[in-house]
Amino acid sequence: MVTVEKDFIIRTKNVDFFYGAFRALSGVTVDFEKNKVTALIGPSGCGKSTLLRLLNRMNDLIDGTRVEGEILFEGRNIYAPDVDPVEIRQRIGMVFQKPNPFPKSIYNNITYAPRLAGIGNSEEIEALVEESLKQAVLWDEVKDILSKSAMTLSGGQQQRLCIARALAMKPDVILMDEPTSALDPISTAKIEELIDTLKKRYTIIIVTHNMQQAARISEYTGFFYLGKLIEFNVTEKIFTNPDVKHTEDYITGRFG
Amino acid sequence: MEDKRHTSREYERELQEIRDGLLYLGALTERALERGSQALLERNSVLAREIVREDEQIDSLDVDLEEKCIRLLALRQPAARDLRFITTAIKITGHLERIGDMAANIAEKVIILNDLPQIKPYIDLPRMVEIGRGMIRKSLDAMVREDIGLAKKVREEDTVIDQLNDQVFRELLTFMMEDPRKIQVCLYIMQISKSLERIADHAEGIADMVIYMVTGKSVRHKPASAENG
Repeated sequence: MVTVEKDFIIRTKNVDFFYGAFRALSGVTVDFEKNKVTALIGPSGCGKSTLLRLLNRMNDLIDGTRVEGEILFEGRNIYAPDVDPVEIRQRIGMVFQKPNPFPKSIYNNITYAPRLAGIGNSEEIEALVEESLKQAVLWDEVKDILSKSAMTLSGGQQQRLCIARALAMKPDVILMDEPTSALDPISTAKIEELIDTLKKRYTIIIVTHNMQQAARISEYTGFFYLGKLIEFNVTEKIFTNPDVKHTEDYITGRFG
Repeated sequence: MEDKRHTSREYERELQEIRDGLLYLGALTERALERGSQALLERNSVLAREIVREDEQIDSLDVDLEEKCIRLLALRQPAARDLRFITTAIKITGHLERIGDMAANIAEKVIILNDLPQIKPYIDLPRMVEIGRGMIRKSLDAMVREDIGLAKKVREEDTVIDQLNDQVFRELLTFMMEDPRKIQVCLYIMQISKSLERIADHAEGIADMVIYMVTGKSVRHKPASAENG
């Protein structure tokens, strides 16, 4: 059999994370393959969102937290002292549970961060708006109302705008923390469809409570429980014949 | 394996209902087979006709069970072991329904045979019936207990039935060569023997599915000797 060398964009090595004295993650070692969708599942409080936020140093913003172990992004430890977290967050974008557009126009939602980062001239920024909105499959719906407030959009449109906003920074990785939990089924289906197209250019890591969603959209799934990565495997294996009984109990609804 | 219960009791109940339904269906087919053997040995055509009639019940239970499985697939989106159980159940109910058909076929042949002179005492056929019944029972026990060892045993027993079927065939061949007037009776007996051999194949099919259900690995179309791994 020919073994194909996999290209891992992010690798975590033995990561522990503490909120004060509380250990939220222990010994998490996991590799995220480039241009694939990886889903992180597990009950509330299992540490999956904590891990997600560690991947672009979002937890830096919380006082009294401490991370141990290594998180390598393209081989470089993102927690090394010489690393600029702002640069990391440009390369590794994030989309949150609730759509959180800025209370600005649709246009300015996209251009805000690139301008702040000093990317491109006005022509380039113009092109960036169209490109990002097209990638997020929102362009046709908003191209004539770009100056309107983002707050006038529907929840599903707002979430796609947030994805477009993340794409505008031309990241390599997009982290999604339950991106569809506040959306109706049609908007959810649109986001899932979008994720499927985005993975050609980006690596996507998604936290979801919806196990069918994990099964539908991801290539890999990791199951977390009490701060530990219990099982990590290709999604099909996890959902048809997981190796660990605990994983099976969780995905079949026999938990607790 | 230690079993945790579903958070949804209703789901748990629905799964149990399918399990119970399969066992009941299995018991009905086993009974049809046993009574078929009795009808043959006692030359009892009234009993044989009853068996033919009762196959309808097996058919409708099969349809009912399959519908329940499809309903669960649609409404509960089962995963992992539940998914494997439900897909296995759909296949098992199909196997049991075919076993019922075979039992009814046997009963039909018995009715014809009972109007013809008996050419020899039946020895191998009742043995095949006993082994076949045992295989059905064991394969379903293996399902309930998730017992791979028992399922493998069923697979091995299929060989015994195959050998008996060959033996019956050879024996009847000599009868037919010796006396062409016995050909008609011999052909019907051969058909019964063939049906019993098919029944064992279906029981083996159930055992194969049980192994898949427990391990997630398919052993179908592989000989019993080569199933390790």
